[in-house]
Amino acid sequence: MAGRWKNDLKWSDVTPKPLWQNRRQILTGVGAAAFAGLAGPGRALAELAASPSAFSTDAAPNTLEEITTYNNYYEFGTGKDDPSRNAGKMDTDGWEVRIDGLVDRPGTWTMDDILKDTALEDRIYRLRCVEAWSMIVPWVGFELSDLLAKVGVQSGAKYVAFETALLPDVMPGVHARVLDWPYVEGLRLDEAMNPLTILAVGLYDQPIPNQNGAPIRLVVPWKYGFKSIKSIVRITLTADQPPTSWNQAAANEYGFYANVNPEVSHPRWSQATERRIGSGLFAKRQPTEMFNGYGAEVAGLYSGMDLARNF
Amino acid sequence: MTFPLTREAFAIRHLRLADRINRGLKHVPAWPIYPLAAAPIVWLFWQGVQGRLGVDPTKVIEHRSGLWGLWLLIAVLAVTPLARFTGVRLIRYRRALGVTAFFYILTHLLVWLLLDVQIPAQIAADIVKRPYITIGMAAFVLMLPLALTSNNWSIRRMGGAGWRRLHKLTYFVVPLGAVHFVMVLKGWQMEPLRYLAVVLVLLALRRVPRHIRWRRA
Repeated sequence: MAGRWKNDLKWSDVTPKPLWQNRRQILTGVGAAAFAGLAGPGRALAELAASPSAFSTDAAPNTLEEITTYNNYYEFGTGKDDPSRNAGKMDTDGWEVRIDGLVDRPGTWTMDDILKDTALEDRIYRLRCVEAWSMIVPWVGFELSDLLAKVGVQSGAKYVAFETALLPDVMPGVHARVLDWPYVEGLRLDEAMNPLTILAVGLYDQPIPNQNGAPIRLVVPWKYGFKSIKSIVRITLTADQPPTSWNQAAANEYGFYANVNPEVSHPRWSQATERRIGSGLFAKRQPTEMFNGYGAEVAGLYSGMDLARNF
Repeated sequence: MTFPLTREAFAIRHLRLADRINRGLKHVPAWPIYPLAAAPIVWLFWQGVQGRLGVDPTKVIEHRSGLWGLWLLIAVLAVTPLARFTGVRLIRYRRALGVTAFFYILTHLLVWLLLDVQIPAQIAADIVKRPYITIGMAAFVLMLPLALTSNNWSIRRMGGAGWRRLHKLTYFVVPLGAVHFVMVLKGWQMEPLRYLAVVLVLLALRRVPRHIRWRRA
């Protein structure tokens, strides 16, 4: 029925809020997209045409500003705003990921290789940091299992190890020995194969910004954020449990599993509740959910395990 | 034509400078420190309410009030060595600096209680179970009697010697605060270690033997 539908929308409501909030970011986004289109380095960089996913939460995502100015990426500094100020110098053109270990087709993969014939999906996930804050992040990515299928996992493989780029020239944080660089992380193979586990290459509808782990990062939404390793340069399939950076730095504080668990208190932070970033100065804390609310998908991975011991 | 100054000449010139500073400060009262110190805290909250402290205003206010409190505590601790080794006497301002430091740390604590952790059971558990919070709370509790007796009436009542003995608690409060800062951060980070080093140097300077002095008697 024509003329019946009325609303109070303004033109400002048409552009996604996080984009019109920061005009400069739109401009650089357009510039980057145009450049990517001209240079043609890859479909994903030119446009992030991603399909929706049933794994997405329907909670409202945090703004692009919140997600890109509040980061833990210690290679670029320990302050929350350090990565957004310092990560711009990292050059992700020509990025390569070495995939080795117990795989059928080891080798060095360009981003084009990785993204070829890969269907990108929007995955709007809850992110829970071990520091007891949380966000909702609209990632664009694909399931890690897609990539593992391409490289062919050998039968002896039980774990997947990941390594972040170590670029001392552009990473001011690595000159301090806060952690033993390069940053490394790992998953059990069944965790890596879970459909929730993705490699993200985008945020909202643009290529993932450097401070969020460009050009490719892991996202494991039922684990504390530090498991979701950024700017990956190496993926190794192993038979033994690989070392992980925070576990090496303080084994009593950070375990290998690091599943979000409100019942297992951390020496520094109670994990029972969390503060949702962006909800203002006087916002109430909210209860933290077991496995960050993804129990239906992942609780089976840990049946029979004592999660207080395997924290 | 200039000649290198002898040690004595340098000391005299230097002391003249200290004298000039002391004379200049003679008519500068201490009371403006209180309103001046309140202003940044009020400004900080105002900015937080206005949404101008980034995406996590609670943490910004919590961290800044704590850091500024530590700066003031370090200033308090610097007064005596400054007088002894440079002759610049700021003792008149020390009470205002100390009381101001207390209010900054009180703000830091209240933001943590009311805006950050919020939940009483969780606060109690944090204080007991988390060493850096235990240490921070201990430092705050030790500050309480100092803040309460930072007035002339208390000095008269307690007598100078007793009052001074009580206020030596500062020598525990400030390093505990600096250790709290070191432990709060994940991993060993340089910034809090630098503050801890400054605090330890300021405490160590008090152990320099009396006969080593560089100041007119």
